[in-house]
Amino acid sequence: MLFKDLDLEIRPGDLIELTGPNGSGKTTLLRCLAGLTGDFDGEVRRGGRFSYVGHRGGLNLQLTPLQNLRWSAAIEGSDASDGSLSSLLEKVGLAGYELTPCQQLSAGQQRRAALARLCFGNAPLWLLDEPLTALDDAGCGLVRELLERHRAAGGAALCATHQPLGLERTMQHALGRAA
Amino acid sequence: MTAAALDRAPSIGRAFTAQLQRDLTIAFRSRSELINPLMFYVMGISMFPLGVGPGAERLSEIAPGVLWVLALLSTLLSLDALFRRDFDDGTLEQLVLNVDPLFVGVLAKVLAHWLVIGLPLTLLSPLAALMLFLPGAAVPTLVLTLLLGTPILSLLGAVGAALTVGLKRGGLLLTLIILPLYVPVLILGAGAVTAVIDGVDPSAQLAWLAVILALMLTLTPFAAALALRVGLE
Repeated sequence: MLFKDLDLEIRPGDLIELTGPNGSGKTTLLRCLAGLTGDFDGEVRRGGRFSYVGHRGGLNLQLTPLQNLRWSAAIEGSDASDGSLSSLLEKVGLAGYELTPCQQLSAGQQRRAALARLCFGNAPLWLLDEPLTALDDAGCGLVRELLERHRAAGGAALCATHQPLGLERTMQHALGRAA
Repeated sequence: MTAAALDRAPSIGRAFTAQLQRDLTIAFRSRSELINPLMFYVMGISMFPLGVGPGAERLSEIAPGVLWVLALLSTLLSLDALFRRDFDDGTLEQLVLNVDPLFVGVLAKVLAHWLVIGLPLTLLSPLAALMLFLPGAAVPTLVLTLLLGTPILSLLGAVGAALTVGLKRGGLLLTLIILPLYVPVLILGAGAVTAVIDGVDPSAQLAWLAVILALMLTLTPFAAALALRVGLE
């Protein structure tokens, strides 16, 4: 068993860092919350839409960041125009790479392209699995900025992470033996 | 349909189009995956005159079966990639999480698969028929049976591909699951072509193929969507 007696409530404006050693169930908990696995006893109640960025980024490497983002927007029910998607990519530091296939981008740039998905702005809850992986200092800064802005807009986020996010007013939730 | 579902109808349509467009773009980016099943089809068929002998009489006798079996195997060859690539890169998770109802996304993926594999196979079949001395009168029926049959192969295959998506080496298992299910399609398809050669009206077989297609079109997207949710766990 990975965890028991787990009780977690996420309210608007909450930013929760999910910590714990490898194998303590951080990813599993996120997948349970997202509804990707039903292999648990208990109840998950969701108040609204959410965005999930797993450790597999959800990018097709043969497509360009713009094509990936266009697809994500369409399946998430957003009718964002190409222009606004391009400006999203610019915001995450991928200006000039809109038309480069993702396989030619570095791991960090791919991560940025995956995170751009969060910016459609219609999901009040973000579930992020190791959002800082492969990112440079500027990239980590970008994640912090995105989270800060999301929180200011009344959003909430749950981040499974090994590196501290380095943001103020975050809550910690430790899993596993370290708890 | 409920009022809420009607409200979402435009976004469901957009999700379908976006998924179709995306899968077609990817298919044309990786041309080898696109061409390999077709090459396999033509090369597989060209083995028969070499193995059985080039006699027109003997070849035309086995032609309907051979053409259909090869179409079936070529489709099988391409099925493993239907969901696996998306599973590996995490886009399948996004599809499952965001497209509601999920069968819409599955249907778009299957349509893309058919457009990329089944349709070209059908269009290529008159050429392949030529290699096996299939009588000219039977060629339109061959094309028609493949036109009706290859979508069934893609739809049924999607269920198998969805069931095995979480397995590391699901390819062979997929074949074992799906091949028996292809048997009725093979019998009806090859049977219709043989009927024309024998001077019998093939409309019964064609009607049955159409019935199966209608059934599969309405049932398998749901089954595949369900299997995907299970496969992701």
